[in-house]
Amino acid sequence: MNTRASSRTTMNTAVTTVACEECDLLQRLPELPPGGKARCVRCGNTLAMRPTDPINRPLALTVAAAIVFLIANTSPLMGLSVVGRASSTTIVNGVYEMWQQDERITAVVVAFCALIAPGTYILFMLTVLLAAQRPVVPIWAGEMLRWASSMQPWSMSEVMILGILVALIKIAQLAKVEPGIGMYAVGGLIVLLAGVAMTFEPSEIWQRVEWEE
Amino acid sequence: MSVAPAVTAARAGLISCEVCQLLARPVSRAEPGHCPRCGEELAWRKHHSIQYTWALVVAAAICYIPANVLPVLTTTALGNADSDTIMGGVVLLYQTGSWPLALVVLVASVMVPLGKLVALAYLLITVQRGSLGGTRDRTRLYRLVEFIGRWSMLDVFVDTFTVALVQLQPLMSVEPGPGVLFFGAVVVLTMMAAETFDPRLIWDPTLTHEERHA
Repeated sequence: MNTRASSRTTMNTAVTTVACEECDLLQRLPELPPGGKARCVRCGNTLAMRPTDPINRPLALTVAAAIVFLIANTSPLMGLSVVGRASSTTIVNGVYEMWQQDERITAVVVAFCALIAPGTYILFMLTVLLAAQRPVVPIWAGEMLRWASSMQPWSMSEVMILGILVALIKIAQLAKVEPGIGMYAVGGLIVLLAGVAMTFEPSEIWQRVEWEE
Repeated sequence: MSVAPAVTAARAGLISCEVCQLLARPVSRAEPGHCPRCGEELAWRKHHSIQYTWALVVAAAICYIPANVLPVLTTTALGNADSDTIMGGVVLLYQTGSWPLALVVLVASVMVPLGKLVALAYLLITVQRGSLGGTRDRTRLYRLVEFIGRWSMLDVFVDTFTVALVQLQPLMSVEPGPGVLFFGAVVVLTMMAAETFDPRLIWDPTLTHEERHA
């Protein structure tokens, strides 16, 4: 921890003055208490936060999210039975069925928002947070962090689960439907991803990235 | 935090890197160069923000019509085919007694996309006219548009999983309709529009106004 502190103080002067991302106002960041947040005085945008444990806590949550993500994608989301006939579906299955029905663009959009975006987000965050264990973070970790952030708005697990619930209720009038393990796993994934977002502050990584001034 | 009013980074001749938030001194006004820390190209404001956002909003508005008129699902049960539009799906949910869900789908699929288009058009027009009032409220509106956009994808997921599950040929099957494609396009285009819009443009006129009256 001591090696980190020294490299951070040298960069601190450059970091404590920031421009608000949403209104461009220049302002000096106060020393934040653990768990504290700083808001822009002009537009109210969150400028920075200081998580209690900025690397290890999001790392633990990301590892858990990776495991739950695998379960969510391999086990059935829901099952249906009607007059002795049964079927069940997974996320991949939903994408495949859309593709089969010639709605290929929609299939790609669903695959991206339900699988690729959350998957790459988890993978990149995992790499970034593991790389952040080093005293000086390599520059490629910054590049990965940037990719992870651009994936974030397209990762739509929580929208998907609401969509599945609506589908379940719609079908429930036609046949008997049951939620599967995958469904609970997606529920867990949403909580874990929200936890990662809440405990992670990108500037904690950027401050540790090696660069020449 | 005591700050002199409205000293923006641009005013101080600095650019905040869009990727890593480093305050960087640009090489020159015309060619700001790259961020020394992360290598991202520096820009005073997002490139052609207004033009790109308008283009995406117009494209989304065009897709909004077929998205609501064309069927999203076709249910075939015992030889009878039945097509549903998005509104049809809402009515169906309402009739079967689950009005809270009907409301959720109505809000997410019909009102949110339309509201986003109106909100983005309003933001673009006020920025182009250099409006000074309600800057804080307009920034809030922008944040809301950014936050809520993803929820419109709801209907695409509903349709996908209904189709995936109800495949019990020859008894009953559900097929996606062409409306889903346009609906997905509306959501993706409006999300991209929210990303290309630069909220700092909302605040820029206040600065030049203050300078003029100083």
